[in-house]
Order: sequence, then structure tokens, then C-alpha cells
Amino acid sequence: MSLIDSLPRVRAPRLPRADGLIPWIVPLAIILIWQLACVTGFVPARVLPAPTDVALAGWKLLLSGELIRNIWVSFWRASIGFLIGGGIGFAFGLANGLSQLSAKLTDTTLQMVRNIPHLALIPLVILWFGIDESAKLFLVALGVFFPIYLNTLHGIRTVDPQLIEMGRIYGMTDGELFRRVIFPGALPSIFVGLRFALGIMWLTLIVAETIAASSGLGYMAMQAREFMLIDVVVLSILIYALLGKLADSASRALERLTLSWHPAFQKH
Amino acid sequence: MQEVLRFRSLDAEAVAHEDFVEEARQFRRNPDAPSRGLSLTIRGLRKSFGDNEVLRGIDLHIPAGQSVAIVGRSGCGKSTLLRLIAGLEKPTAGSISFGEQARAEDIRVMFQEPRLLPWARVLSNVEVGLGRERSSADAQARAEKALVEVGLGEKRGQWPSVLSGGQKQRVALARALVSQPRVLAFDEPLGALDALTRISMQRLLERVWRDQGFTAILVTHDVSEAVALADRVLVIENGRIAHDLNVDIARPRERGSAELAALEGAILKNLLEGTEDTSDDL
Repeated sequence: MSLIDSLPRVRAPRLPRADGLIPWIVPLAIILIWQLACVTGFVPARVLPAPTDVALAGWKLLLSGELIRNIWVSFWRASIGFLIGGGIGFAFGLANGLSQLSAKLTDTTLQMVRNIPHLALIPLVILWFGIDESAKLFLVALGVFFPIYLNTLHGIRTVDPQLIEMGRIYGMTDGELFRRVIFPGALPSIFVGLRFALGIMWLTLIVAETIAASSGLGYMAMQAREFMLIDVVVLSILIYALLGKLADSASRALERLTLSWHPAFQKH
Repeated sequence: MQEVLRFRSLDAEAVAHEDFVEEARQFRRNPDAPSRGLSLTIRGLRKSFGDNEVLRGIDLHIPAGQSVAIVGRSGCGKSTLLRLIAGLEKPTAGSISFGEQARAEDIRVMFQEPRLLPWARVLSNVEVGLGRERSSADAQARAEKALVEVGLGEKRGQWPSVLSGGQKQRVALARALVSQPRVLAFDEPLGALDALTRISMQRLLERVWRDQGFTAILVTHDVSEAVALADRVLVIENGRIAHDLNVDIARPRERGSAELAALEGAILKNLLEGTEDTSDDL
């Protein structure tokens, strides 16, 4: 029995099994404090309704079917706009990453357009499309286009040239080289673009729906404001937060699935 | 030529010959067994990058199955010579021809970096080496056999990122060997490895060369590695072959033996002297 053996051991405190719950501690604490502040009257209900009131408003809207319908409409707009803008951005990223000619022809133009804040186009878009669905889709697609384009291009340009040379030496055709070397090499960067784009997708949609729409979450929030239904306004904001988190989690899961070779995604 | 003869006298074993082709043949790997390797003839080879002439007229014959080490200071053009032989660069002038018509799969290169695809498992990285035969039915079996040959059979399902530097380089070797090449060119293949791993890799390279009988061309800055592995050492200075030297030491060679050390010392001495005279020569 040496002295060292008899000393108490320093151990990291054992965390409960549910490691997945840790990220939710802070949001739950905020809701708790919020509830307390409202119940005690520290915050007046016309400034900020209590979480329970917001939940009640949500329940009512859920029963009437209005909530689901509006979420569905927003979700549909977000997805379609994302697919169109993301698809075009990805195609331009590929073309300009793989072909010098294509890059020379279009990259400068795209970089100029990129510097226009896409939300500045709202007045023009309303003049062009009215408050039709296409107005929202156009704005979302435009907003999503650039992060996807830039990161796809960057990903392809930064693929290790030694690996490309290796592929050529081992007789890969252009198609194989793309499928086995260039695309997988660009994928981590493409995912960075994807997550940026998802953030921009929600942002654009909210703004577009609050300005020019007759359905959707943004419209629901604006309607509630008209009728001073502050609980519904807060509910809409919370739903946006949840949807954003959901989109981010989905892209992370996809990332983990396709980048399992990457050291950053191993042993987690 | 004067220079070469003077240098020869340093090596007690070597005898001066008129024809370097004839001389080289005598030191073939195993004179009894016909080699699988391809012979290689280079005539008047020059290579310039812009105004910078890197290779200034190389004439060289490498018999089938020989292992040749190319040594020289950095920037002497040794790597360029290897890239030209492997077909990665086009010569400015001169020609490189193989003894027989070579398929793309017959000539393989191994680099200082393993250049493995990080997103492919070890076994699929080896399969890449099959080239156009990748889609054949026995592709996987051949890749597995090559992996076993370099002693990494059990790592087949791993990602390259979990392997050590030496293991990655062994996977790269398996990838180069899987198509059973007839010429294998090594560009400083052990340059990035630690001393102990280097020695075990040298043994592995020597073993696969003896087993498979390809023609081996090894570019290295390490003279002791060159004399330990090669039948013949070429010293390149200022874009020309300054010395062409046979290493007539029986295999397996004992690392650190007096014979190897004497030869290494002689080459190093000459390399150092050579660079001092060159300013007058040119």
C-alpha cells in the first residue's frame, strides 16, 4: 500500500446515460424561467405570453387543422425552392469546377449577382410574380443557389491533385475519376454549403411569407399580429426554430452517413 | 567518361567495360530464371520546363528484371527522369522504349505519399490498381492476394485514416503490385517513414522484387538505401548520368556490412566532389 494508492482518485463526474439530453438542458431552463417570469407577473402577458399559453394556442390551431396546413405549405415551399436553387447551384458548381471554359464564362457574372442581397429583390419579385407561389419559390431558390454553388466549386477545386494524378495513372476514365475521386473529395465542402443553404432557406421563406403570402407560417404570424394574437406570433417563431433545427439535424445525419471515412466522423 | 573510369577504380569489385549494356546484364537478378520484367532503353532524353533544362541528354539501357537506383542531389532531375519513364511527363527530345509492347497496367509508380483514396476502404484502394481489369470477376480475390502479400490482409475493411504511415505505404505497394506490373518505378517511396519502418519496408520491397521479377527503378536521395536494394546505381548530376555503377554484392545483403558501407562512402564522396567540379565542367 503506497501513499499514491491510498490517495483519492480524481475522476470526471459520471454523466447520466442519456448524453443526448444535454443539449436540451439550456432550452428547457429558458422555458422554465420564462414560465416563472410570466406566472409571477414579472413579464406582462401582452408583452410575452407564458409558454403554457403558447402551447394552448398551438393545441387549438392543431385541432382546427390550420397549423398543420400552414406548416405543410411552408415546408413544401422551402423544399421545392431548395431543390430548384440547390440543383442549379450544384450544376454550376460542377460545371465551373470541372471546366475552365465554363468558369471563365459564368463565374464573374455569378460573383457579381452574389453581392446583391436577394431579399432586396422582393419588390421586383412581387411586381413580376404577384404574391403567387412562384414568388416565394424564386426567392428561396435564389437564396439557396449561392452557398451551394460556391461550396461545390470550392470543393472541386481543392480536391488533392495528387489523387487525381493517381487516378489517371491507374487508368480511370473521366466518369470514374469524377465518381471515385473528385465528387467524394468535394463532398465535405458541399455539405458545408448545404448547411448554410438550409439556414438561408428558412430565413428567405419567413421574410417572403410575411410580406407576400396568403398561407404558410409567416402568413399565420402576420395574421395573428393583425388580431393581436401574441401567443400565435410567439408560436410561429418557435416553430421556425424547431424546423430549422430539424433541417440541420437531417443534414448532419446525411453527412455522418456519407462521410464515415472522414476522421472527424469516426468513433462517435 | 573519364570521370566514370576514375570513379570505377574506387570500387574494387567493379571492372571497367566498354559497353554498359553488356555490363548491366551480368548483374541481373537471377541469370537462370527468365525475368517477367520489361527492358528499357532511353536515347538522347531531354526535358525542359520553360527555359529550365532539367534533363540534358540521358542514354540508358536497363535490362529486364534489373533493379536500378537513381541517386543525386535534390533538383538534379532524378524525379523528372522517373516521371518520364512512367509516362507522367512527355520528353522534350529523345525517346524511351520498352523491350516489348507495354500495356498501361505493366508500368506502375509508387510515390513518396501513399495517395490512397481516404473515402475508400483498404481493399477497394488496392482494387484501383487493377486499372481496366477492375471490373473482372476475380478483381477482389486479386486485391486480397496483393494485400496479404504486403502483410495487411487483416486490414482490408479499414479506412486508410486509421493506418500508420508505413501501413499506408504498404497499401500503396499492394495497389501497385496488384496488376502484376513488369516495370515498377519508386519515387522516394520511403522518404516520409521513420528509420525502423524504412528498414522493414526495404526488406519488403526487396522480397516482392525477387518474387515477382519486375524491373525496378528506385529514385532515392538515400545512398545507403540505394546500395542496399539495387543491382546498379546511377548518379545523376546536372541533368546527366554522371556515374553508372554496379553493386556486385550478394543478396540477402546485410545492413551495415563493411562492403555496403565502403560502397556507400565511395558514392557519397564522389557526389560531394562531383558538385564541386561541375561548375568548371559546364
